[in-house]
Amino acid sequence: MSKLVLSRIVDRFGAAVLSHHSDCGDETALVSPAQLVEICRFAKEDPALSCEMLMDLTGVDYLGLKPAAGRFEVVYHLYSLSKGHRIRLKVELPEAEPKVASVVPLWKSALWMEREAFDLYGIKFDGHPDLRRILLYPEFEGYPLRKDYPMEKRQPLIGPRAGREHL
Amino acid sequence: MASSDANSQLLGNEAVVTTLAEAEGFFRRFLNKNEVVQDIVGWGRAWSFFQYPFVTACCGMEYMAAAGPRYDYSRFGAELPRFSPRQADLLMVVGTITHKQAPVLRTVFEQMADPKWVISFGVCASSGGFYRNYTTVQGIDTIIPVDVFIPGCPPRPEAVLDALMMLQTKVRNDRRPLLPVVK
Ligand code: SF4
Repeated sequence: MSKLVLSRIVDRFGAAVLSHHSDCGDETALVSPAQLVEICRFAKEDPALSCEMLMDLTGVDYLGLKPAAGRFEVVYHLYSLSKGHRIRLKVELPEAEPKVASVVPLWKSALWMEREAFDLYGIKFDGHPDLRRILLYPEFEGYPLRKDYPMEKRQPLIGPRAGREHL
Repeated sequence: MASSDANSQLLGNEAVVTTLAEAEGFFRRFLNKNEVVQDIVGWGRAWSFFQYPFVTACCGMEYMAAAGPRYDYSRFGAELPRFSPRQADLLMVVGTITHKQAPVLRTVFEQMADPKWVISFGVCASSGGFYRNYTTVQGIDTIIPVDVFIPGCPPRPEAVLDALMMLQTKVRNDRRPLLPVVK
């Protein structure tokens, strides 16, 4: 079923699909960030695809595994409630400025998921109406799920107490 | 109006105390001479803890087991959990405390009226436990003073009862001033 989704996207967008595979029945397409919103809109609105649901959106850090130009990935899982098929889309983003267009205009569920990816990986989503931290507090510095975030780094909101002055 | 003469008589018929300083002087002279009074007060406090359960994680299940009829720590006088810090004198920190939550915990602690005690329930509250990461407070004693730590993930109810008995001993031997020191 999902093979149809993948082939329709590949037929329609040709060069914007950088690579694709169907390992273990999971149809996956690596697409160009510039075309991402177009492809998503097609996947949502094309009657044969009608992926009404954005199931998941997450960031990945491939530090040391991929060149800096493609260090970060954003992964989108789309699902069609009416047709029952799925497709996975990925975009690669550079280390210097990980930024991709927001899919909030297509799926409201992206509101919080994009905030989460921003919070933990520092990936910016262009056009997101309210891109703030969602899990951590505003004073937090850095992005803790990046692989180069120091493991022992602590950022207490209130400092350790000085003495036993409470007693 | 109390004269200093009437005050020195402690329970003189005309001892009407009108200012805080007079009241403090009156009680301090009365109480500090009486070890026995401290014993009685300590006994009363040790057998009537009003706990505030600050429950944040899975340790809460074990807290409920310890509070339930099988282990029933109300046998030790800690009968009623109060869900307002103003009404509590024993803060039970049960579960993982994140840095985001730390200010809340400290506020709750500071809202409790003296005298107050803190039990750190489980390894997460005591040391961060296995959450050795960017979010978790590595032991609540870095933000508030703790009287008794309970190890375990989660602690057995027996350990909770043991901690409660240790705290009772501590409270009964407490010799802090019975009245808050007015500055
Ligand atoms: S000590 Fe264990 S049981 Fe208790 S809150 Fe932490 S992880 Fe959960």
